[in-house]
Amino acid sequence: MSISVSSTPFRRSLRSKLQALRDVPVGSWFLGAALAVLLEWYIGPALAYALGLGQIPAIFGLSLILKKPWLIPSVLLYLVLIYGLPLAVMARLSAGLIRRLEARLSTGVYVGLHLVLLFFLLWAWSSADDYRLLVIRLLAINILATMSLNIVNGWMGEFSVSVAGFMAVGAYVSSVLMVWGFVNDDVFGPPVFPPQLAPMAFPIVLVIAGAVTAFSALAVAIPSFRTRGDYLAIITLAYVFIVRSFFENMEFIGGPRGFMNQPEVAGFPMVFFWTVFGIWVMRNYVTSILGKATNAVRDNESAAEMMTINTRAVKITAFLTHAFWAGVAGGLYAHVIGYINPATFDIRRSAEILGMLYLGGLNSITGSLLGPVLFMFLSEVLRPFQLLKWLVIPVILIYAMIRRPRGLMGFQELRIPFLERRRIAREEEKLHGAAGD
Amino acid sequence: MALLEIEGLTHWFGGLRAVYNFHTRIEPGEIRGLIGPNGAGKTTIFNLVTGYYRPTEGRIVFLGRDITGKRPNEIGKLGISRTFQNLRLWTHLTALENIMLAYYGQIRYGLIGAFFNTRRRQEEEARIEVEAMDLMRMLEIETYAHRVVSGLPYGIQRKVEIARALATKPKLLLLDEPTAGMSPAEMLETMEFIQFVRERFNLTIWLIEHRMKFVMNLCNWIQVLNFGEVIAEGPPDVIRDHPDVVRAYLGEMVEI
Ligand SMILES: Nc1ncnc2c1ncn2[C@@H]1O[C@H](COP(=O)(O)OP(=O)(O)OP(=O)(O)O)[C@@H](O)[C@H]1O
Ligand SMILES: [Mg+2]
Repeated sequence: MSISVSSTPFRRSLRSKLQALRDVPVGSWFLGAALAVLLEWYIGPALAYALGLGQIPAIFGLSLILKKPWLIPSVLLYLVLIYGLPLAVMARLSAGLIRRLEARLSTGVYVGLHLVLLFFLLWAWSSADDYRLLVIRLLAINILATMSLNIVNGWMGEFSVSVAGFMAVGAYVSSVLMVWGFVNDDVFGPPVFPPQLAPMAFPIVLVIAGAVTAFSALAVAIPSFRTRGDYLAIITLAYVFIVRSFFENMEFIGGPRGFMNQPEVAGFPMVFFWTVFGIWVMRNYVTSILGKATNAVRDNESAAEMMTINTRAVKITAFLTHAFWAGVAGGLYAHVIGYINPATFDIRRSAEILGMLYLGGLNSITGSLLGPVLFMFLSEVLRPFQLLKWLVIPVILIYAMIRRPRGLMGFQELRIPFLERRRIAREEEKLHGAAGD
Repeated sequence: MALLEIEGLTHWFGGLRAVYNFHTRIEPGEIRGLIGPNGAGKTTIFNLVTGYYRPTEGRIVFLGRDITGKRPNEIGKLGISRTFQNLRLWTHLTALENIMLAYYGQIRYGLIGAFFNTRRRQEEEARIEVEAMDLMRMLEIETYAHRVVSGLPYGIQRKVEIARALATKPKLLLLDEPTAGMSPAEMLETMEFIQFVRERFNLTIWLIEHRMKFVMNLCNWIQVLNFGEVIAEGPPDVIRDHPDVVRAYLGEMVEI
């Protein structure tokens, strides 16, 4: 890390301000956000109308920035009044109280409580607008896919591009199972099970879809990881094309025209649950010795072998974990959109997820969250200009890679002060415990 | 029973004969030396013993078991560990993580434990962490536990690599030029350190070294390799004055 030599007073005050922001407990931000959601609910539409926006800006008015730049002042005013003010006020007023409250919580309760709060906040916020509801679910799905890809490309340091292919397999398997089981369909006939059970069955179907995806990934994993060398990029590229032409040739599920009629089972709660659950499982994996062995394989494979690490097993496990969760992400995607076709999952989808990954940061859970968020912000700004999107986003990615080759949060995690304090306390306890004997 | 027995070990890299008809027998508790000029085939022998290469010919028996052709991770589990001529630490990880990962072959939880963070996994990893910290304390590197290894001083990195090798609980430890890049003072320190480690962990040590003083003071038996063949072997005082050894090393100096 470099120490900046000339730290101007301005910079210093900015830094201390940022530090002060960091010290605001997460709970205070959540309170502020809750207030913002309420405010938007009651006065948002009226304010938007008064400011000439017509309706509430769906995603922070990002799509208006380039399309109707003259509305920028109105949008800014809206954002400040509806979001900025409540956040600032709550951060100021409630920080002390929240800090005192959270001191009494155990770490587990703290995390659980915040997740529940986050869930309701996001749900309430996105329920105000259908487009929001769609975007937030797609974001969650992208996060799941990005995190899973990060295991292979970040933690293990390989280069896989098959994420779109995995999503396709998961999407098709889950769609076929759900339509066959719970929908009256032209091809599959009347539902096999009572349609009311669909939401209950969906999680099981997702697990099956993930498992089938992981199984299909064996076809890549076994030849690629038998020997050392960089075949993975090529074989995974081939996988994407093979999967695509496979589904294009499956006429009974629509071939190139695609497949629809998926039951509506992937509402916000379902998607949120699976994303949190997936991130939790993958976090557990990459922090365990079994999973962290991927780091050893990446940093020095021959040393890993000598240190009793079964490198082949490590690689296959990591790759199949990626495939499983990308398959689940694909299954969620199919049911959020309610329609899939083979072209949905072409190599461009892989490129998009790779973009999110390398923007957010390798070997980082925070990066896997941040990358999709930023990437989708960008897409939102460029949404009115479909073609431009594929010109501008790569340029921004290249710039980001030059400035920060490991991604914004590469090899780093966001440290939440509360959890950090608890961790340090635990470490100290351990040290004293060891010194005491 | 000998700890390690090697018979007729020969290895060809394509048309290059790196090791030819190498024999040895190492008894428990020895500190064995392997010396020879650059390119003599020393590291190749270590790579053969630890399973990185499959020998063209010959047999390697460890604790009565034929380990020829086994993979390094299996050989590591059986009780052979090593350090490398050029440090091969996992550079993005902390010293503690480097050492904890070497317990991979000993962990007793499976993928379910890893994915769902079961109690068993937590207990197992807590136990491993305590053991790894103890190991670091014994080697007096515990203050570096939470530092990323690539930022540590070279001498400390060397110690971390030895600690990592010890974490696999070896009976035989192979050290490939443990003093490479060290000052004379550091070399003396390393000498004491190796003796300490051997006694503390009840180890047998087989080391490759270029520094004569180091080998002569430490080893009970030395083999001299030149062009893949043993040209002399014996206790230090025999090797010191052996005419072939002097010639082999002189030859190297002339070439340089
Ligand atoms: N993987 C390989 N492929 C081809 N040739 C190799 C390989 N590894 C080593 N060699 C060659 O085998 C011979 C013995 O190499 P080795 O590394 O065992 O020597 P060494 O005695 O360890 O030398 P040094 O003192 O320089 O470490 C050298 O001529 C070397 O170039
Ligand atoms: Mg060598």
